[in-house]
Amino acid sequence: MLENFINLYHGFYIAGDPFNILLMVIGILLGVIIGVLPGLGGANGVAILLPLTFSMSPTSAIILLTCIYWGALFGGAITSVLFNIPGEPWSVATTFDGHPMARSGRAGEALTAAFTSSFVGAFFAIVMITMIAPLVAQFALQFGPAEKFAVYFLAFASFVGMSKEPPAKTIVSMMIGFALAAVGLDMVTGQLRLTFGFSELLNGFDFLIAVIGLFGIGEILLTMEEGLEFRGKAAKIDPRVVWKTWKTLPKYWMTSLRSCIIGCWMGITPAGATPASFMSYGIAKRVSKNGKNFGNGEIEGVVAPETAAHAAGTAAMLPMLALGVPGSPTAAVLLGGLLIWGLQPGPMLFVEQAEFVWGLIASMYLGNIVGLILVLTTVPLFASILRIPFSIIAPVILVICAIGAYTVNNNVFDVLMMMVFGVLGYLLKKTNYPLAPLVLAIVLGDSAEEAFRQSLLASGGSLAVFWSNGLVSSIMGLGVVAGLWPLIAILFSKLRGHSAQPA
Amino acid sequence: MEQAHGAGGAGPKQRAVEIGTALLTLLFGLIVVYGSYLVGVGWGSDGPQAGFFPFYIGVIILGCSLINLVQGLREEDRTLFAEWGQLGQVLKVLIPSCIYVALVPFLGIYLPSVLLILLFMIWLGKYGWPLALAVALGVPAFFYMTLERWFLIPLPKGPIEAMLGL
Repeated sequence: MLENFINLYHGFYIAGDPFNILLMVIGILLGVIIGVLPGLGGANGVAILLPLTFSMSPTSAIILLTCIYWGALFGGAITSVLFNIPGEPWSVATTFDGHPMARSGRAGEALTAAFTSSFVGAFFAIVMITMIAPLVAQFALQFGPAEKFAVYFLAFASFVGMSKEPPAKTIVSMMIGFALAAVGLDMVTGQLRLTFGFSELLNGFDFLIAVIGLFGIGEILLTMEEGLEFRGKAAKIDPRVVWKTWKTLPKYWMTSLRSCIIGCWMGITPAGATPASFMSYGIAKRVSKNGKNFGNGEIEGVVAPETAAHAAGTAAMLPMLALGVPGSPTAAVLLGGLLIWGLQPGPMLFVEQAEFVWGLIASMYLGNIVGLILVLTTVPLFASILRIPFSIIAPVILVICAIGAYTVNNNVFDVLMMMVFGVLGYLLKKTNYPLAPLVLAIVLGDSAEEAFRQSLLASGGSLAVFWSNGLVSSIMGLGVVAGLWPLIAILFSKLRGHSAQPA
Repeated sequence: MEQAHGAGGAGPKQRAVEIGTALLTLLFGLIVVYGSYLVGVGWGSDGPQAGFFPFYIGVIILGCSLINLVQGLREEDRTLFAEWGQLGQVLKVLIPSCIYVALVPFLGIYLPSVLLILLFMIWLGKYGWPLALAVALGVPAFFYMTLERWFLIPLPKGPIEAMLGL
């Protein structure tokens, strides 16, 4: 434990470098812009900017990119409160009470509450990462291929169990991702597969292209359909409002703590920030004594989802760092970045690249403090970006996406692929297929397949290897429970319904 | 997202699109299974063959697509996927964007970007030429300065740029 703090201290030394602080400020500002604009979200914003970091040192690069992620998390709150348009899916729940507050002239209060709770949620999650991640990594060092595959299985099974989309759709979307990851050269046998003679498919599908298309282009098409109107409330935050709001916030410590825990849990299992925010809002509504007033501008209704969303978004970094299994699409993009920078994500990272890991963890602390100060002071600026009409924003975002797709591999074919993924993203989103499992599967496909084949090699093709010892069977067992959770929940409620009163 | 508008709303039904998507994923599953079959799905001398893993992925896609197909068939035929007017809006963005990406391999990224922004601002946004031109030229110029000059990342260029000697 003490060792962690020494490492963290060194981490602060690295993250506190003036150049890195500058990167944090740039990252947060870019992130907020990305979070505010429709069609540019955390995942594809990071994907587009990833090629720009190839020439930086990995530590500086990840500081820049994670700060973009924090900024995007903050930015989602601005559009929700002022414009009733969630800039990101995880800030949908923030609109329920945030926008009514803004309509009744309490925009400053709502924003202060949102930013502060975001900060609290993120901070809680970072403290948890500092404490737990090294332990998890140490534990994971003993993992063989079978255990590794079991962890992947658990991650993907919890998608099936936790998402609100129908399980069959979640599985299809996930498997499409795995299939796309398999296209191209097979690493083990050196054979080409699923290319059907197209030389463009030799290297397979790049997940960055998929992310830019699915999330970027798909989002623009969706926004067009809804005929976006910007009718926002003006925002003014002065220190007096901030102070006044801060004085009222400690009252909601119970809501905050509960939301932090929900968020951390949902972030580590890759359910993600969006369900975390809804769940936290729902529970707060049921538990709070002001529950009936939720939806009419209750400050607690802003605190709950924002805290949970940020805690989840941050906690998603834990499995990425310690196990190499990202907890959210954005974390998946960051993991892809690690691979490109030549770092092997997973438990060995803590041993081999201690400087990188602890620099990153320290930068999370600093980045969130910098972020809170920045967003509190620059809200009017970002609100004015939102007043730029969509007919200007849309083509500019299209151009940015195209440039981003091209710079990944300097290949014009990728720009065409991006468009195909964009149309696919629109179609899948409209028919309730979740996109996050697809992206995670493209990123993790090769590693999952490798772990699967290695385990089968060792066992001579028998699937019993996944139940061969206590460790691997308990992870697999957890996975089965997570995957079948909806069925189990139905069973439970039926049993309870018979014995006690109906819910 | 999909509201059932009472008056004047007509368009493709959600049910039809659900069924269509399920058929598409079914087709995709078949392609994956066939492609895996081509490279071998069994055990070779050195363990699982290249198509082993993707083959089962394809089989799972087929199975779940069938479930989705049945679910789609059982769905009520009332909710709209989108109104024709909404789809028109989407096509207004989609068609120019497709032409845009199709032009990039031949003309580079700069000229098509200028045209795309001009088209959007004048046709959809009803802006005047001066502002539209300013934005349409300013944005690519900004990317030229930051990416090519500052980060030294070359972007695709076409004959026009070659003529200008950039």
